[in-house]
Amino acid sequence: MSAVSLKNIRKTYNDGKLVAVEDVSLSVEKGELFGIIGPDGAGKTSLFRILTTLLLPNGGSATVDGYDVIEDYKSIRNCVGYMPGKFSLYQDLTVEENLNFFATLFNTSIEENYDLIKEIYVQIAPFKDRRAGKLSGGMKQKLALCCALIHKPTVLFLDEPTTGVDSVSRKEFWEMLRRLKEQNITILVSTPYMDEAVLCDRIALIQSGKILSIDTPKKITEQYPGKLYSIRSANTHQLLGDLHSYDNTKSCFAFGESLHYTFKSEGPEETRALQNHLTVLRHEEVVINEIVPTIEDCFIHLMSNES
Amino acid sequence: MKQFLVFVKKEFYHVFRDRKTLLMLFGLPIVQIMLFGFALTNEVKNSKIVVVDYAKDVSSQKIIHKIESSNNFEVEKALLGYNEIEAAFKEGKIKLALVFPSNFNKDLMHLNKSQVQIIADASDPNTGNTLTNYVTSIIMDYQKELMTNANVPYAISPEIRMMYNPELKGAPNFVPGVMALVLMLICVMMTSVSIVKEKEKGTMEILLVSPFKPFLVIISKAVPYLMISWVNVCIILLLAVFALGMPIKGSIFLLFAESTLLIITALSLGLLISTQTESQQTAMLVSLMGMMLPTMLFAGFMFPIENMPVPLQVVSNAVPAKWYYIIVKSIMVKGLGFSAIWKETLILMGMTMFFLLISFKKFKIRLA
Repeated sequence: MSAVSLKNIRKTYNDGKLVAVEDVSLSVEKGELFGIIGPDGAGKTSLFRILTTLLLPNGGSATVDGYDVIEDYKSIRNCVGYMPGKFSLYQDLTVEENLNFFATLFNTSIEENYDLIKEIYVQIAPFKDRRAGKLSGGMKQKLALCCALIHKPTVLFLDEPTTGVDSVSRKEFWEMLRRLKEQNITILVSTPYMDEAVLCDRIALIQSGKILSIDTPKKITEQYPGKLYSIRSANTHQLLGDLHSYDNTKSCFAFGESLHYTFKSEGPEETRALQNHLTVLRHEEVVINEIVPTIEDCFIHLMSNES
Repeated sequence: MKQFLVFVKKEFYHVFRDRKTLLMLFGLPIVQIMLFGFALTNEVKNSKIVVVDYAKDVSSQKIIHKIESSNNFEVEKALLGYNEIEAAFKEGKIKLALVFPSNFNKDLMHLNKSQVQIIADASDPNTGNTLTNYVTSIIMDYQKELMTNANVPYAISPEIRMMYNPELKGAPNFVPGVMALVLMLICVMMTSVSIVKEKEKGTMEILLVSPFKPFLVIISKAVPYLMISWVNVCIILLLAVFALGMPIKGSIFLLFAESTLLIITALSLGLLISTQTESQQTAMLVSLMGMMLPTMLFAGFMFPIENMPVPLQVVSNAVPAKWYYIIVKSIMVKGLGFSAIWKETLILMGMTMFFLLISFKKFKIRLA
């Protein structure tokens, strides 16, 4: 039995005018770290709210830990841990009071499951008498994770836990998740950051409420059709414009300081032709390299296929 | 049970850590009582009046003496002509003039009737009316004394009795009113705002995804405000008794029981508002507009309901504060027992049940 399974889940708002989730089916195995990757407004939060029984789906069925999200919502509320996207602890309560409150709310105590949160809690323990509202973004996330974990949930739902958190804290946060996985807790995490996708066991790419692809990050990047090139020059802006107007361009996106580029028809000849073309256009320091596609490249590719 | 207690404790933290809330919770009743007790009173005190005594006989002197000894007037004696009286009024120096004709006592003794002229400044009709009433009642008082002494038969005097409030004090009227106002405001606004706050801050999401029963969320929200309201009732009663010198004639226990009933009514109304609003501002606005105005207008302590047009009188029946005001007045001022107020109590109970029923029906166990 899978820990979480969705079958043709559909969610609309405004009497069906706005479709947030369309026909989503997926299943997450026990003990898996599953990522739902997609930009803002892709339907990630709606999906999480359906699974945590906060919203009723308009169609389809879903189970969490074997319980139906509609019929057995009470059982689900007993066994899952949920960390909403927005920081949702009591800002005027101290770190310790918050943790204590949520522990008691779930019929447990900090002592009982301390080993589970120990590694995370020791980092915020020096601030335990500080009000939650006065913590830094990273600290807040750690506290929220502690509160979501304190009752030893079987499935943990983390809705964009790293949004608005600095990159060091983000890295730390993912390390914590990996360690939690060893405790055999199923973790569902959503994120708009594509670079975090590789840290998951399996991922689902989601866009406009539709699943584009579900697989391990490795397989998704392997499935990228054709070859991907990184192109750099002294003037990136000019380069982007020129490449867009080039005949053999299939796609071209700015990616940090370089451009990610695909040919309509490719081969060593075409690469050389492009190099010449750019030299004629007086681009300096042109470097064209074949690269391994990232999840983001795959996402962009799948997204353009969809539309 | 442990969950419940920790939740109530959390609510108390919220209240005691927010200075603004705290100030409002405990400052409001004190300010209101002081304001109504000393500033916004419709009692008339130390009004300047002039007595024009052409008679200067036993009767007129006695009446003047009585008026002088009353708290309400500052008497100025002068022999003025009619024109001068008018001039004094126009200057605003005096509020009332009392004129004794030259043979006041003689007429009274021989003809058994005599006249006295009371001229009041009616530019403020309420003050004019009140002052005239004061003076009239003093004269009547004297007339009564005279009759018992002289044993004159067939002399008829109109009997005016100011029931329950013979001194026409303002406090008996407004203390129950302020109690109703404060309890309604605090309970309705605080519960609705504190529940909506959980929605707005997103903490409701976590509370819902927990084994804690949603209706217990509501109950544990209400408990702290019930306790705080009890403290407020005590503060108001202490102020009324010791600062305003207003005795509690009926049973304090009954008064507390009935106040608890109104608090629960208000809490359930706050709950109802919270189920219908999404932001703290809306909840606050609805509570303020929906509670403060109707309570002030229709409770009956500022404007007598009997004077209102019939449609408004009908509307006033829907205001819980009106019934509570009647109850508190009956207990505090008239000293009546439960048998006199069971009907009002029943109405309040009915309202509470109604509000609770709708709120529990409307309370969302999910987000939408």
